[in-house]
Amino acid sequence: MTALATRPLGHLDRLEAESIHIMRETVAECERPVMLYSIGKDSAAMLHVAMKAFYPSKPPFPLLHVNTTWKFREMIEFRDRRMKELGLELIEYINPRGIEMNISPFVHGSKLHTEIMKTEALKQALDKYKFDAAFGGARRDEEKSRAKERVLSFRTAQHRWDPKNQRPEFWRLYNTRKAPGESLRVFPMSNWTEADIWDYVARENIPVVPLYFAKERPVVRRGGTLIMVDDARMELAPGESIEHKMVRFRTLGCYPLTGGIESDAASLEEIITEMRESRSSERQGRLIDHDGSSSMEQKKQEGYF
Amino acid sequence: MHGAVAAASPPRASARLVGEKPLLRFITCGSVDDGKSTLIGRLLYDADLAPDDIIAALESDSKKHGTQGEELDFALLVDGLAAEREQGITIDVAYRYFATDRRKFIVADTPGHEQYTRNMAVGASTAELAILLVDARKGILPQTRRHSVITSMFGVRHVVVAVNKMDLVGYSEEVFRKIEADFHAFADHLRFASIYVAPLVAKDGDNLVHHSANMPWHDGPPLLSYLEGVAVEDATRIAPFRMPVQWVSRPNLDFRGFSGFISGGNIQPGDIVRVLPSGRDTRVARIVTFDGDLESAVSGQSATLTLTEEIDISRGDLLCSPVSPAKTGDRLDARLLWLVREPLVVGKSYLLKLGTKTAPAAVTAVDARIDIETGLPQPLPEGSTLAFNEIGGARLSLETVIACDPYGENRETGGFILIDRITNETVAVGMVKAVAASNGRVAPPLTELSYASMEGLPLARESFRPTPTRSLVKALSWLLPASISTFLIVYAFVQSAALAAEITGVEMIAIFALYYLHERFWLRLSFGLGTEDAPDRDDPSL
Repeated sequence: MTALATRPLGHLDRLEAESIHIMRETVAECERPVMLYSIGKDSAAMLHVAMKAFYPSKPPFPLLHVNTTWKFREMIEFRDRRMKELGLELIEYINPRGIEMNISPFVHGSKLHTEIMKTEALKQALDKYKFDAAFGGARRDEEKSRAKERVLSFRTAQHRWDPKNQRPEFWRLYNTRKAPGESLRVFPMSNWTEADIWDYVARENIPVVPLYFAKERPVVRRGGTLIMVDDARMELAPGESIEHKMVRFRTLGCYPLTGGIESDAASLEEIITEMRESRSSERQGRLIDHDGSSSMEQKKQEGYF
Repeated sequence: MHGAVAAASPPRASARLVGEKPLLRFITCGSVDDGKSTLIGRLLYDADLAPDDIIAALESDSKKHGTQGEELDFALLVDGLAAEREQGITIDVAYRYFATDRRKFIVADTPGHEQYTRNMAVGASTAELAILLVDARKGILPQTRRHSVITSMFGVRHVVVAVNKMDLVGYSEEVFRKIEADFHAFADHLRFASIYVAPLVAKDGDNLVHHSANMPWHDGPPLLSYLEGVAVEDATRIAPFRMPVQWVSRPNLDFRGFSGFISGGNIQPGDIVRVLPSGRDTRVARIVTFDGDLESAVSGQSATLTLTEEIDISRGDLLCSPVSPAKTGDRLDARLLWLVREPLVVGKSYLLKLGTKTAPAAVTAVDARIDIETGLPQPLPEGSTLAFNEIGGARLSLETVIACDPYGENRETGGFILIDRITNETVAVGMVKAVAASNGRVAPPLTELSYASMEGLPLARESFRPTPTRSLVKALSWLLPASISTFLIVYAFVQSAALAAEITGVEMIAIFALYYLHERFWLRLSFGLGTEDAPDRDDPSL
């Protein structure tokens, strides 16, 4: 094998090296780490970094997908295919209470749906498997309260986040000490931006869910956004009709809560170009962020990732 | 899945290269209401880097919490926590990211209030440059001096003094010049590599992205242009090699790699590394990455090294250059910034984390308290220690020997934290000034067994390899004994001096060529080499 020549380190190299360092620290110092895998582009990039961090070993932790049963079908197909390709172990967790009450964002509203299927489900899964550190792909540039969160975010045994009492992080030194029952949320991609993620996906040829690329899809205009009709559970309100439009998604979540954007960007290059020229932030399409300016901070205090 | 098998190196499709840019990490700090958040918010707005929906949210937030009347309150772009927006202050470090065509920036917006000094220190620990906000009406305040001292102490080498609110002093050059002179006089002993003082009106955007028409007397660049152009040297690049071992990679019985973040210098296969604190020397065999083996790795990269010898190395050990190794010892002379309400207790056992090593440690003495407004040490009253937000000189005693560098030489191998063993809180951050060993705690360096005798020699592998000239000379010197013996043997058989001379003559040419080729051929093989010999760079197994 010929050795690779040295090249100067650009910002992606530095971000990658920093993320690798964070993952290794967590693995070295925590008992049972897990990686939250939400199937989106941030998870894809984070998983790729993890494959690099422990090479030639496989990442020494399982992946956890907290499924709400309302994810896009293409996301689940992509998830299962990737796990097979990479030979990784994935734990899927669905809150049984949600199944019992037949939860639906259409019926119960986004707030209750998110609370039960994401926040509560995550806490249940972490408790069930006794994970003491969970990697998440969140980035500080996503949202204002994320911008203030540490790389290693300490949670009480009740999974609560106290934004006013965070552990200071100096240099590359992380304090991973915790009492039994307490846990850490670890954000190795903290310092990446949306643009960095796409540049990295392109540079490293990382597979992503096809929903990110524009295609003609059945959508309904609702509440100012375009909601894709992904299955028969979506019922049309009076006056609504299904249109076929070229749309793509900047972020992926539950299909009833994720607004698409009209776009012709069908390749990575086109997405990157579109994003650079974009005049709006990526979470614009996320309906759950807009229940008031501090709503993410509140969700996080309650244990949302 | 735990401890999975080693995968073969994946084939790499040629990746589309994106425009990689240099990165600048800086912090903004200043007193309450100097306008730090406003400065960053306005900078993003003027440089057209804030998305439309964020601006729309800003407009609605400005009406609700804004402190600027009818105008946009740019501080709301960056103050993220609800408590901060309500009180109009910054509590925690907020990180911001933006990129221009020339550079990518990571900004730590740090709190000004005295009780949040520790959060400012967090931002300073990784920053290359600091923007110190000064209110033109107030000039250099104790808080400005405090921030300058912390900035300098954490090794930030470049400073921009942003003299804000120039509109409130009538854009007066005289006021500006006085502040500029005051700062230079004060900061003289803080040893910054560069200081740029700029007059601004953050809320109006004067001298942020564009030159200010209100202050034609200022001939320096606008703040953004300055930040795009300022040259910050990467000190760890030229430092001696350092890699704290984070994790030992053992995917199978045949592979044992040492993973870590290179925090100084560079490394190549064949280089000698010293393992501290044990003091053993060995050589690097391969630099293994997911993308393939590397010819060399530099500080700032995460790598996995394999070594030529099977020696005992685990997490917490430090791999370093044998020419300029790190120091080892169990006694530290250090500076401490105390981070929590409960004051330091002399003699109490804390956990010290430095690099990847965690060891029990006690503070044996606090020598001095640093006057935070001058940066100079003051004698400590009898019986007192360090309290919340205080900085002092202290001596620590560790239960085990560790390897480290003075902070001035390497930020990453010279900085540490202290953790309370009961509450698990990070109670102090420290910087190593000097390290020593208590008697009998450190074995003498294993000079005889190691490569230490090579110290001072250049470490390039080529210096140990015979050149073709050497092989030629060797072939020539072999000709003499070989030819004499050939002549004698042939003469003994055929009893003819003439025939013996003829055969010897022909053989001389053949031997010379064959010997040279044979010698060069063997140089390309590592077969049968002992561990003291470097494997050849052409070795196919590398």
